[in-house]
Amino acid sequence: MGQILKVDNINVYYGAIHAIKGISFEVNEGEVVTLIGANGAGKSTTLQTVSGLLRSRTGSIEFNGEDLAKIPPHLVVRKGLAQVPEGRRIFQQMSVEENLEMGAYTRDKSELEGDLEMVFKQFPRLLERRRQIAGTLSGGEQQMLAIGRALMSHPKLLMLDEPSMGLAPILVEQIFDIIRQLNEAGTTILLVEQNAQMALSVAHRAYVLETGKITLSGTGKELAESDQVRKAYLGG
Amino acid sequence: MEFLSYLISGISLGSVYAIIALGYTMVYGIAKMLNFAHGDVIMVGGYISLTAMLSMNLPPIVAVLLAMVVCTVLGVIIEGLAYKPLRSAPSLAVLITAIGVSYFLQNSALLVWGANPKSYTPVIEGAMKIFDGKLSISYISLLTMASCIVIMIVLTLFINKTQLGKAMRACSEDKGAAMLMGINVNRTISVTFAIGSALAAIAGVLLCSSYTSLMPTTGSMPGIKAFTAAVFGGIGSIPGAFLGGILLGIIESMAKAYISTQLANSIVFAVLILTLLIRPAGLLGKYVPEKV
Ligand SMILES: Nc1ncnc2c1ncn2[C@@H]1O[C@H](COP(=O)(O)OP(=O)(O)OP(=O)(O)O)[C@@H](O)[C@H]1O
Ligand SMILES: [Mg+2]
Repeated sequence: MGQILKVDNINVYYGAIHAIKGISFEVNEGEVVTLIGANGAGKSTTLQTVSGLLRSRTGSIEFNGEDLAKIPPHLVVRKGLAQVPEGRRIFQQMSVEENLEMGAYTRDKSELEGDLEMVFKQFPRLLERRRQIAGTLSGGEQQMLAIGRALMSHPKLLMLDEPSMGLAPILVEQIFDIIRQLNEAGTTILLVEQNAQMALSVAHRAYVLETGKITLSGTGKELAESDQVRKAYLGG
Repeated sequence: MEFLSYLISGISLGSVYAIIALGYTMVYGIAKMLNFAHGDVIMVGGYISLTAMLSMNLPPIVAVLLAMVVCTVLGVIIEGLAYKPLRSAPSLAVLITAIGVSYFLQNSALLVWGANPKSYTPVIEGAMKIFDGKLSISYISLLTMASCIVIMIVLTLFINKTQLGKAMRACSEDKGAAMLMGINVNRTISVTFAIGSALAAIAGVLLCSSYTSLMPTTGSMPGIKAFTAAVFGGIGSIPGAFLGGILLGIIESMAKAYISTQLANSIVFAVLILTLLIRPAGLLGKYVPEKV
């Protein structure tokens, strides 16, 4: 199991606000790793920095041994790193199929049909609605579309930012089942969640982020049982 | 018959507005900025085509192509030098820059081609007579309307069917998400400016061929009218720019014919204001409810 992502001592600022204060973590091939933390801890900031939408002032981000610091975000995808951003951010005025096509932007056109088939197999709901305008999908369908769109690029590492946000409990279960399946099928996953319980149940390893710093790390099981995590994130 | 003749000249004028408005609306849709220099690119297109026809003796079609190439390059350079560095600046800074670029182009034209109006040689002359010669439609009017329709169809197909067109729509909705898809947003914005500027060149040739006079400020008023047309139809919407342009041309032509030549512009803007009071997003502008 090689290391696929290695984040070393990154510091990220929004103007004068020091949002990420020297964090380091890594993700190994085949793992599900989760970053948990309260609102404003810096989880989304971390993912955006890995994708290149934000820049760290220090340290390095290595993906498959290659430094991402100088690579513009639109080229990061081509390296095999996809992100499902917070709030889904699907293209509301485009159809379901066009959203998926955008996910396949970096792929060869001849492979589009096969890729669409793969996503539709995973999400039959999207197949029924392939011509529907994405903004009119339900919240759960939109989340499936956001995940499907990211899968279209055939990522080696899939980063998900709060996929359970705003979904009914039954849909949350469904999304986590999908995460498990994707991982079993070979995709490495970095999952950001506020729903610590669910996240820790699927994760091999986990990190706790508090106001821009990593305060705790361990296996999913260890953290689920730790007093600190139970008090702060699991309600007892 | 008189009415029909005014209607046709209105549609023809409106077609020019529509072609210009398409450039405004595409740039607005994707770069979220009002490129106030767009009207002046029309003027540059006019001068380039005139110079090509008169001084270089090139056939009109070559002159048009040359004007398109020059304006495309100009548009891309303007975007790269003046607007790109301001990508994350407040929109007021971008607006002021665009006004600056507009003055820069007008004054450069003043320097190169002088202040005196030049008479423009229409790319085609003559008119078609119908109803026993009671109604005459100039060939340039026909060419203008036909160009507008062709441009509209090609652009719609491009935006809806091609990968680059879809990428443009993705950028116009969410640049961050577009980057996450692997779309080169900067390049997409450049392409948008290139298309808009090429259209401005065509509009310049058609406009000057109808009004046969050209000076450094020639582009301003049509530019502002076309901007009005884009807002009228719903800024950011391609069918909106088309509809807004045509309607504006008809309203202007009718107002000139039946109300007052002096008041025509006031009437055009009054219609815009009334429309926006009733439909703030313009005729075809839409609000898409966002799910959170
Ligand atoms: N665009 C921005 N400008 C200024 N400050 C920001 C910006 N985005 C985030 N921040 C600040 O950075 C910190 C980290 O934000 P971030 O969005 O990464 O948190 P998060 O852990 O993802 O929270 P949530 O669970 O609510 O999504 C917060 O204090 C936030 O206020
Ligand atoms: Mg977040």
